[in-house]
Amino acid sequence: MELDFSMMTRYLPYLFKATITTIQVTIISLLIGAVISVPISLIKLSKYKVLQALGSFYTSIFRGIPLLVQVFMVYFGLPQIFPALKALNSFQLGCLTFAFNSSAYISESLRGGIQAVDHGQMEAALSLGIPYGKTIKDIIFPQAIKSVLPSLINEFIGLLKSTTLISTIGVVELLRSGQMIVSDTYRAFEPYAVISLYFYVLVMTLSMAGKRLERWVNRSDKR
Amino acid sequence: MISVKNVSKSFGDLEVLKNINLQISKGDIVSIIGPSGSGKSTLLRCMNLLEKPTKGKILINNIDITDKKVNIMKIRQNIGMVFQHFNLFPHMTVTENMIYAPIKVRNLNKSSAVEKSNKLLAQVGLSDKASVYPATLSGGQKQRVAIARALAMDPGIMLFDEPTSALDPEMVKEVLNVIKGLAETGITMVLVTHEMGFAREVSDRICFLDEGILVEEATPAVFFSTPKSDRAKEFLDKIM
Repeated sequence: MELDFSMMTRYLPYLFKATITTIQVTIISLLIGAVISVPISLIKLSKYKVLQALGSFYTSIFRGIPLLVQVFMVYFGLPQIFPALKALNSFQLGCLTFAFNSSAYISESLRGGIQAVDHGQMEAALSLGIPYGKTIKDIIFPQAIKSVLPSLINEFIGLLKSTTLISTIGVVELLRSGQMIVSDTYRAFEPYAVISLYFYVLVMTLSMAGKRLERWVNRSDKR
Repeated sequence: MISVKNVSKSFGDLEVLKNINLQISKGDIVSIIGPSGSGKSTLLRCMNLLEKPTKGKILINNIDITDKKVNIMKIRQNIGMVFQHFNLFPHMTVTENMIYAPIKVRNLNKSSAVEKSNKLLAQVGLSDKASVYPATLSGGQKQRVAIARALAMDPGIMLFDEPTSALDPEMVKEVLNVIKGLAETGITMVLVTHEMGFAREVSDRICFLDEGILVEEATPAVFFSTPKSDRAKEFLDKIM
């Protein structure tokens, strides 16, 4: 059995394009997910029981259904009920699925992070007459984010790896591009080895960047 | 300036304040003292509605702040509060702590807010700490910043909730000195404190609270030498 990695060189531009797609899906999904997660975490922290229940139901849906099933549901299932979704392509629907899925997880750690901020902070802000919205945005969130950041980075990494699932609905991300090379060359080891390496490097870069970011947000703790 | 009228407060079945009546005029310095669990802090926290009275009214400058229609945020801007645990914003530098509310709530521009902050920091003796984060400060320094932060809003009233209880003994004095200096400016102050010597020295009046009841109200000279009620006598015997 001889390995021939040199044949991979002519696929490099193709792999580069696929890598960009993978990164795009990950970042777009994470950004949308993070934005959606803010109101959801506030709903979970509401004093009204009905809203709390609604918030945990939302999270339970995404936790309780396998991600691949969610992808199929959104891509194949929902357009049957909501014809408007037919206007979206598989890339967009994939991003949407991941975004909502991430929002469920991020909102959960955000809720925990907000609750972990000392209640005295809220009281100090109230006693200065700072309105609720500004208090949450400028006083509570920046402190909550410190405890949320590690799980946010984990979510980012998890999401990056989960994007392989949309290879099943025809988005040419890294895994799908590997599969195409396999069917093109009738060789499996080399393409998948290269794909694995790409993912590994992406994830390692991300976790290193994450560590730096953590150090940066914790700069005010230095004594 | 502050009038507490028939105020009761319950947490579930526990009644912590029982029909409190109290008048505080402009420029008064009133210390609320009493055993722990007597409701001192709760009474103080009712005065800016951090606790909502179960019954009764609280009037600040003749406005009933327990009225739902009142914009409590507006009222609170005029009432500075200093907490036992300082509650500085840890992610902001000292100056950022000082200027946040004046800029965002009072719409002051940044340069005049900073100028004011510097003046107040000089007043509490912390000019050299303007650009550090609170984590680098000692307890006494944190509390002095907290006092300066409250003053940055130009409040007419200052509430102190056991401002020295969380401090190491050697830092108590620096904070008390700042409060004393403030007392001389004619600002209205309400203090919850365990520092009897201090309460005696700075207050115009002492309010003695026990089990949620305002048992006695007197000048420090009268209260500390000839307390009327048995409960106050007992309390003073224990601590003096």
